[in-house]
Order: sequence, then structure tokens, then C-alpha cells
Amino acid sequence: MKEETYRRPGGGQHPPNLSPEYKSTTGRSPAKPAIVLPQTLSEITGPLLQTERLDASECDLTRQRMGEPLGERIIVEGRVLDEDGRPVPNALVEIWQCNAAGRYHHPGDQHDAPLDPNFYGGGRARADAEGNYRFVTVKPGAYPWGNHHNAWRPAHIHFSLFGPAFATRLITQMYFPNDPLLAFDPIYNSVPEAARQRLQAAFDMELTQPEWALGYRFDIVLRGRHATPME
Amino acid sequence: MSKGLTPSQTIGPFYWGTLVNTYRADLAPPGVAGERIELAVSLHDVQGVLVPDGLIELWQANSHGRYNHPDDRRNLPLDHGFDGFGRASTDATGVARFSTVKPGRVPWPEGGLQAPHVNVSIFARGVLNRLATRVYFEGDPALPEDPVLKLIEPARRDTLIAKRDGAGLWRLPIHLGGPAETVFFDV
Ligand SMILES: [Fe+3]
Repeated sequence: MKEETYRRPGGGQHPPNLSPEYKSTTGRSPAKPAIVLPQTLSEITGPLLQTERLDASECDLTRQRMGEPLGERIIVEGRVLDEDGRPVPNALVEIWQCNAAGRYHHPGDQHDAPLDPNFYGGGRARADAEGNYRFVTVKPGAYPWGNHHNAWRPAHIHFSLFGPAFATRLITQMYFPNDPLLAFDPIYNSVPEAARQRLQAAFDMELTQPEWALGYRFDIVLRGRHATPME
Repeated sequence: MSKGLTPSQTIGPFYWGTLVNTYRADLAPPGVAGERIELAVSLHDVQGVLVPDGLIELWQANSHGRYNHPDDRRNLPLDHGFDGFGRASTDATGVARFSTVKPGRVPWPEGGLQAPHVNVSIFARGVLNRLATRVYFEGDPALPEDPVLKLIEPARRDTLIAKRDGAGLWRLPIHLGGPAETVFFDV
């Protein structure tokens, strides 16, 4: 019996490893092409982490400390899907972000902006059987970085997903629509132009809750499977 | 309905709180079957300089060669408490350390078995796409017949083979580029 395998991404979807405008890629990119590996059990299986227990507070980043964090409260909701539009059920979604002032709760972050004692910035959620996930958090601020003169990262939330297999592992970033910094950001612009828009969440009035929080929708699409030949 | 893939982005330097605090680098609690191994992976940039802010993830079969995943439908034992996933950050000296068991052999689709190996994902600031590679074990009698190693030109195969040091620690340097560039796979 032939096992089901995952379709390989065509060109124009992911950024090239070497994107010189993003300076750190210069010292950290392989020069030789990756060797195409037939997908074996090692590649079509992967960590599902279904026994990992999640606290209720892990998907609400505004409820992890003693008080409420400062900033604009937001809801981030979306679906984890494959390229055929099928839900990836029960996916573990991990996020991390800076606070509303643009500062990470991380010893390596030297940006001169205040830490918020009520905001840690890390969260996890388990998608449901239809692939739906939901976080409550605050809108992250922009922050400076040393890539070039006057370099500022657009507001973003980092996302990590495993999907069903080693082959589907993905780490990405979600951006906000109409952010003027997007045009200047070498990390966002490392993605081929036709695919860039997929990294922007959509503002959603339906998801927005009166007197409480703005809603953003961000669907994540992982690699789909090859069609299984009929036996 | 066809959907465009979500593009990959760098993990950046600030992932510690979520990704590392929630998992441990010890994959095999006491009682898990198999030969216990300590694995130290060092991460180097194209100049050979150690990378202190990388994230290394492992995915492996248990000592019977069984993956803890529904698509591994073979009738082999699963070990309680062992799911085969590990995650650790490189430390200030560029090294990520794991404690696990040596994996068993898993099949090759065209027949036969692969040599024992651990599947590895590498993330770091400056790395826009997950880099996938494997760790094999020096001296394993199955190495010469491994079908994946045979896909690689002989001079580069060594970049995937961990060696045991005097203290019994399995060590593998991973080079993101440069003369000793590690073999990475398009999985
Ligand atoms: Fe960031």
C-alpha cells in the first residue's frame, strides 16, 4: 500500500532563503540546493501533541497576569486549512508577540519601550474539529530593529503550527491590514509579491464585539495531500 | 477549492517564552524502552560562528521503529510517555542538548529499511524557511545501506552523522552554510 504524501510547494509561495535586504539571511542561508527527499514514514508522520494539556488562559493573553494589559484589545480568529480547503482538525496553534508599546517580554529585547507587567505575550490554542482557532490579545506595537537605518517592524503576531506531518511544519507571522510599515519591511517583502497578501489578517466587523474588542480574521493554509489513487 | 499556502517567515529572536518554556528537551522519561542517548547539536553560521538564538526540533520513531502517529499503521509497540517530539533552543554557546532513546529502523517506500535517524527542523533569526535535516549515528551497521544517505554525494554524507565523544555524548555540528554546509532536505 502506498502511503499518502504531501504536495510540494511550487515556486512563488515561500520566501527565498537568501533575501539580502533582510541582512541576517546573508550569514544564515545554505548555498546548495536542498535534496529532494521521497516522503517516507519519517516525513508523513509528525508531532500532533494531542495529549498536550492547555490551560484555559493560554488562548487569552489578556488574562494571564494579575490585571489587564494596556493596549487595544483584539480578537484573532481563523481556520487552519489545507490547500484543498479542508480543515486541519485539532491543530495546536502557538503564538508570541510584543506588547502594545512594541516590547517583548524577553531578556534579549533591548528596545527602550516599557514592559507591561500584565502582558507576557505567549499563547497557545487548540483548533476545533473544523480547524477553527481563537485568541484574545492586545494589538502589538511596531518596534525598531537594527537591520538598516530607521528600520521598524510592522505590527505582527508570530504563529507556529505543526499540521499533520513533519512535512507540514510552518512558522510564520500575521500582519495587520493597511499598516504603512509593510512597504518598508524586508521580512514581509521577502515573500514573493503574489503571496504576500496571505500574511495579512482581515479586519472583520462581524467578529468585532461592541464595547469590547476589534476582530481580525487570519486563516492559515498548510500543504495538502496528493490524491490517493483508488485501489 | 484551491487555496494558496501561507508563506513561511523567520522565527525571529524572541520566541523563547512560548516555544521553549512549554516543552522539554528530555524526550524519554524513565521506563521508556531502548538505548538512552544524549545528543548535542551545535548550530553554526556560514562563517562557522556559533548561533546562540536558534531553535532545534526533533521528530523520531521509538526504539521499535514506530512513530506515534495515526499514519504509522504497523503493528509495533508504542511506548507510554514517549511521543517522539523534542524541542530546545541553542544556548549562549550555540548548542542544543537532548536526552532521548536511539530510534529503531523505519521502512523505505520501495522496500527495505532506513538506518536509525532523527528528523530535525531548524529555525533561527535570519532563517526564513524551516530547514529540515537528519541525524544518523556513526558506527551503526545499517548506515552503508541507507537509501537516503545514498541520495547524497559521498563527501557530504558526514554532515548528517553524529559522532560519540569521550564522555559518551553524541555530537553533531550543523552548518547553515560555508565549506562544511550541512545537507538539508526538501521534504
Ligand atoms: Fe517579532
